Amino acid sequence: MEGERRAPRARSCGLPAGGAPAPSPGVDAPVPGRSGPPALPRAEVLDLDEDEDDLEVFSKDASLMDMNSFSPMMPTSPLSMINQVKFEDEPDLKDLFITVDEPESHVTTIETFITYRIITKTSRGEFDSSEFEVRRRYQDFLWLKGKLEEAHPTLIIPPLPEKFIVKGMVERFNDDFIETRRKALHKFLNRIADHPTLTFNEDFKVFLTAQAWELSSHKKQGPGLLSRMGQTVRAVAMSMRGVKSRPEEFMEMNNFIEIFSQKINLIDKISQRIYKEEREYSDEMKEYGPIHVLWSASEEDLVDTLKGVASCIDKCCKATEKRMSGLSEALLPVVHEYVLYSEMLMGVMKRRDQIQAELDSKVEALTYKKADTDLLTEEIGKLEDKVECANNALKADWERWKHNMQNDIKSAFTDMAEENIHYYEQCLATWESFLASQTDLHMEETSEDKPESH
Amino acid sequence: MTENNFWLKKIEISVSEAEKRTGRNAMNMQETYTAYLIETRSVDHTDGQSVLTDSLWRRYSEFELLRNYLLVYYPHVVVPPLPEKRAEFVWHKLSADNMDPDFVERRRIGLENFLLRVASHPILCRDKIFYLFLTQEGNWKETVNETGFQLKADSRLKALNATFRVKNPDKRFTELKHYSDELQSVISHLLRVRARVADRLYGVYKVHGNYGRVFSEWSAIEKEMGDGLQSAGHHMDVYASSIDDILEDEEHYADQLKEYLFYAEALRAVCRKHELMQYDLEMAAQDLASKKQQCEELATGTVRTFSLKGMTTKLFGQETPEQREARIKVLEEQINEGEQQLKSKNLEGREFVKNAWADIERFKEQKNHDLKEALISYAVMQISMCKKGIQVWTNAKECFSKM
Repeated sequence: MEGERRAPRARSCGLPAGGAPAPSPGVDAPVPGRSGPPALPRAEVLDLDEDEDDLEVFSKDASLMDMNSFSPMMPTSPLSMINQVKFEDEPDLKDLFITVDEPESHVTTIETFITYRIITKTSRGEFDSSEFEVRRRYQDFLWLKGKLEEAHPTLIIPPLPEKFIVKGMVERFNDDFIETRRKALHKFLNRIADHPTLTFNEDFKVFLTAQAWELSSHKKQGPGLLSRMGQTVRAVAMSMRGVKSRPEEFMEMNNFIEIFSQKINLIDKISQRIYKEEREYSDEMKEYGPIHVLWSASEEDLVDTLKGVASCIDKCCKATEKRMSGLSEALLPVVHEYVLYSEMLMGVMKRRDQIQAELDSKVEALTYKKADTDLLTEEIGKLEDKVECANNALKADWERWKHNMQNDIKSAFTDMAEENIHYYEQCLATWESFLASQTDLHMEETSEDKPESH
Repeated sequence: MTENNFWLKKIEISVSEAEKRTGRNAMNMQETYTAYLIETRSVDHTDGQSVLTDSLWRRYSEFELLRNYLLVYYPHVVVPPLPEKRAEFVWHKLSADNMDPDFVERRRIGLENFLLRVASHPILCRDKIFYLFLTQEGNWKETVNETGFQLKADSRLKALNATFRVKNPDKRFTELKHYSDELQSVISHLLRVRARVADRLYGVYKVHGNYGRVFSEWSAIEKEMGDGLQSAGHHMDVYASSIDDILEDEEHYADQLKEYLFYAEALRAVCRKHELMQYDLEMAAQDLASKKQQCEELATGTVRTFSLKGMTTKLFGQETPEQREARIKVLEEQINEGEQQLKSKNLEGREFVKNAWADIERFKEQKNHDLKEALISYAVMQISMCKKGIQVWTNAKECFSKM
């Protein structure tokens, strides 16, 4: 396995020709999700399999089933897409600022839940005012996500933090959990705001501005439950048929998503594991330093040296804590968001496939049926448009998403490297100053004329 | 290097090799053991050239025999300890197996260190058995056993008894005993926690190695990011594998501490000897006093103390004056002997205390010097580890920023 890893990659302008463990085209590869890592030959590299249970995470993302094929506003002209991509890259032109803060607990007779304050500042004309403050709970965010997916089935909607984490949670609403969630919700809304299409979504606007009762009444509008269910059943039935004629670029995309999903999940696990190991290391270090102080009590001649070592160890321990907090702020949330994104992406691929499957089935029907050809032809026409829109939307959004992903990953890992460099630099300085003090002392001891200045 | 009356020139000792052997043991059963090659070189002080004078193989049990002999014949000396028999304070990746090559290597160094300490000790280096250990391969065991040192050894039980019952030991030895207990306790604790810290550190480094593997696999599907990911992954591998050498070095530091952990036992042995001698002295003095009293009682006819003789006299009638005279004579002889013995025991005791204390002072200086050096070398190790870390992560950061 060692040899394989460092084999030179075939570099061409497209995806590499060989070496990538790609499933053969045309075959619907099994959902990767959390496939276990391949067997590690060397005992030194810690096996992650055992941790899978610890990191069991359930994302109750019901919206995957909600396949509403309405697709109102969607820019079809590539030109308009490019303009909007530029718009997002220039932060000076940003005209929608959102913050999520102040989690508050609400207790009713039925339930306890948390709301978050959402402050929106904007200079856009279509907003009635320039500043809004509302309170929303997690359910509301779920609703918003569902609506966005309904409206834009083949756009890459930002992921929401999980509903709950099964293992490792003592109580549902401990402070760390709430804070992590708050940050993720903040990210969620800002990503929508930065998205060239989603930022203009009506439901999004309502979410940011409506008072509680207004939101409730707005939620009740939209396609009824029954019709939604009908759509869902059809969608599930179609997805069972598999994809026969997925275009080449979407095959590539699917392949990428599968592998990316595998890898980002592994990286998530690895990063969590590193955090855990660092925490345990720091705990042991806390005990290690003081023993030297204890020892110095029985050694007259070694007091300075022993206390010096103890102080160095304590300082390094603090530096480790700082490194850990850097990790948990910069790296872990980003990696985890992309784990959720990878699940999102698979949903998007499915939805695109379904839209195409609809078209394919109608085309098939046309081939066999003799009657209703006119109706069918008309329907096929509409569906062809629909497929083209969906595909274009996805393609454009895909490029945008990849670009963002690269930047996010790059900056998260660069930050992590920076944290580590800083950690080692701090420790180095501590030990070097200790060493200097010891050699100085030694020189003072050996030369009797020099007075002791310590 | 050392000079003494057995060595005409300065010598260098090294335990240069270790070899696995199989042989038959005392019960004629097959066994595997490790043998160590001891080479002795004599050094010409004019040109510093060394010539191999002796070379033989010894196993650990022979080292033990040598040390036990030295303990018996030089009870006033803080006898250098041997490296541990079995691996202790082991952190999980380190093998606790005596046959493990890393353990054998560390033991080889420890045995060499032991021989060097003995050879540089002003008293021990002159010992004949030690000389023969380095020069006479065959028959050495028999020679040692012929000294009958095992018989001369103080029984543990006697020593324990003396420790509890001694009334007036030299205060310095009592303090020394406390010190050695504290030293043992604190170094054990330190070594235990160090092993746990090593374990955790190992974990942190090794998990990063997983990044290397995953980055490499991921790089296969990335166009712009691919190169950066792959080379960053390589640095993660380097980082993960760097911990092995780092912890190997730390093991040597731990061995230095362990030596002083075992030295604590050697200190206690000297204290025990003093207590034994002191107790012996006190008992002899007590015995003498009681005999004198008996004598006096017989002479004056008063019975102040209960005695069996007194009882039987009462029951069976008084003894004749001749018998009494005879008894007094015997007692007087015993008293004389006793007084001589007491005198010589006193002298012995004082000699012992003087010599022991001189060696203890020597030991203290050695200990302060060695421990300070060890702690400083620990700092140096940490510095080296930090520098490596900075380099690897700087490289990785560069790769990440190029992605």
